[in-house]
Amino acid sequence: MTEVRALNVDDTLSDDIVVDDNRVVMDVEDVSVYYGDFRAVRDVHMPVREHEITAMIGPSGCGKSTMLRSLNRMNDLIEGARVEGRITYQGIDLYGPKVDPVEVRRRIGMVFQKPNPFPKSIEENITFGPRIAGVPKSEFPELVERSLRSAAIWDEVKDRLKDSALGLSGGQQQRLCIARAIATTPDVLLMDEPCSALDPIATGRIEDLMQQLKDDYTIVIVTHNMQQAARVSDRCAFFTTEIDATNDRRTGQLVEYDRTDKIFSNPADERTENYVTGRFG
Amino acid sequence: MTLISPMVDKDKTAERVRARIESGGRDPKDIGFRWLMLATLLFSLLVLAVLVVDVVGDSWSVLSSRLGDFLANPLRSRSDEAGVFTGLRGTFWIGIFVICLSFPIGIGAAIYLEEYATDSWFTRLVDVNIRNLAGVPSVVYGILGFTIFVGLLDGPFGEDGAFGKTTVAGGLTLAVLSLPVVIITSAEAIRAVPQSLREAGYGVGATKWEVVRNHVLPYAAPGILTGTLLSLARALGEAAPLILVGAIRGRLGSNAGFFELGQLREQFTAMPILITEYATKPGDDWVPVTAAAIVILLLVVLGFNAVAVLLRNRFEAKREGK
Repeated sequence: MTEVRALNVDDTLSDDIVVDDNRVVMDVEDVSVYYGDFRAVRDVHMPVREHEITAMIGPSGCGKSTMLRSLNRMNDLIEGARVEGRITYQGIDLYGPKVDPVEVRRRIGMVFQKPNPFPKSIEENITFGPRIAGVPKSEFPELVERSLRSAAIWDEVKDRLKDSALGLSGGQQQRLCIARAIATTPDVLLMDEPCSALDPIATGRIEDLMQQLKDDYTIVIVTHNMQQAARVSDRCAFFTTEIDATNDRRTGQLVEYDRTDKIFSNPADERTENYVTGRFG
Repeated sequence: MTLISPMVDKDKTAERVRARIESGGRDPKDIGFRWLMLATLLFSLLVLAVLVVDVVGDSWSVLSSRLGDFLANPLRSRSDEAGVFTGLRGTFWIGIFVICLSFPIGIGAAIYLEEYATDSWFTRLVDVNIRNLAGVPSVVYGILGFTIFVGLLDGPFGEDGAFGKTTVAGGLTLAVLSLPVVIITSAEAIRAVPQSLREAGYGVGATKWEVVRNHVLPYAAPGILTGTLLSLARALGEAAPLILVGAIRGRLGSNAGFFELGQLREQFTAMPILITEYATKPGDDWVPVTAAAIVILLLVVLGFNAVAVLLRNRFEAKREGK
């Protein structure tokens, strides 16, 4: 077993000449996530930079979704889930004692693998988040239009805002979910395999959309699809699994985190190369 | 055809494959099972139909000739004057108690168990106990109602010489009786809400209460409604606990109006009690009276169920986006 390379900001940048480095908005330092006694993923270092798309790739069970869901405390919903290490957002330790997970999720929105619109009208899907956040009703019409436009679905639904969101196609539902996440004006958008339930055309639209959203948001995406990671992301984290020597169970770990072009053209770790060239996983 | 024709040359496989495919689905076991299941369904329906036809037939002479009188008259000792007014009134108020107490408390407990409680030995103990309580015979609830509610109303909370065997005691007893079923069915309905819906709510920064209030409860509403109204129907049909709590089988002291609140502190009776009373009276002239009372109780329960079905359909349609 090779020792995991402990990567931090300076490591990733030392090899390349980087001119346009954005500010780190979220930082993952030395993080392990546990479910009860089971360590699902260990020792992750992964700075997330503003206005970039950071992709997490790797085989099933390598802990990428677990890692993603730790970034906005969505893992709190799972009994026994626990984070060790430090995850910061704008320098604030997200797992600090005074942190309100509800407020965290407002700042760090999430789009899920399976489109999960509320079984309510398209409009209500958008306004639910702002409404509970105390946005006055008078701002709703503008907010609905802005969110739906940002998610590139306005033209398709503008005449049926009162209709149920469940009447939309899968791809439309997923864009609605993105619009819903945007409506609470987050900084960061977490996307957990947002295209895995969609056909290639719908996938293409979501990928285009992500490129547009990059200007206003920071995106972290988990994907099974390496081509997708190569197409859309600026930085890429490759995770894999290893047998944990202490308990003989599979634990995910971060192998390499770097600029996407480097991960796909000239990875530092052999395991990354095997994965991205299709020899493994 | 072209696909399997090469195989014909090898052996007779294709023939056999075709024979099986074209056999018309006549596996005798499959057909037998289907008819057996149909027979069980028809049997249940038949029993119900016989009951209804029998009861309605027996009751016809009363229902067709003096329905108004029958509904307006109290329990009387002459079969041509006897009515169900007092019974209906008691059953109505008991229903109000069940709806106002056991529904909110039961649904609240279910929400706590499913959404808030963590999985510990304590919650598991509570869960097992609630399930056992749902299976406790109703007479036991009657004893509980007698010792606790009648006792309290008689003693500490009643005025001097107050009378404990009242509508309040009966209503409280049946509310407690239906509570476990309300909790269990509501909890099942809440458990069936997809986790993705909760995640969607939390994902846009909702608190637990907001997720429960706006998403979990509306989604679980049809299931909760079905369960709670079934438990109400069951409570309204209970006689045994009411006998223990002191429901009157004869003439009531007062003759309060249907909606008068004062009667809550007076002696009471209810439909099942009244039916039992009429059924045990000697003489053939009581048969149609008993049957008519049964039909009225059936209609009340059916009415509740109809409301339940209508509401459920509305919630379900909303949930599925229609």
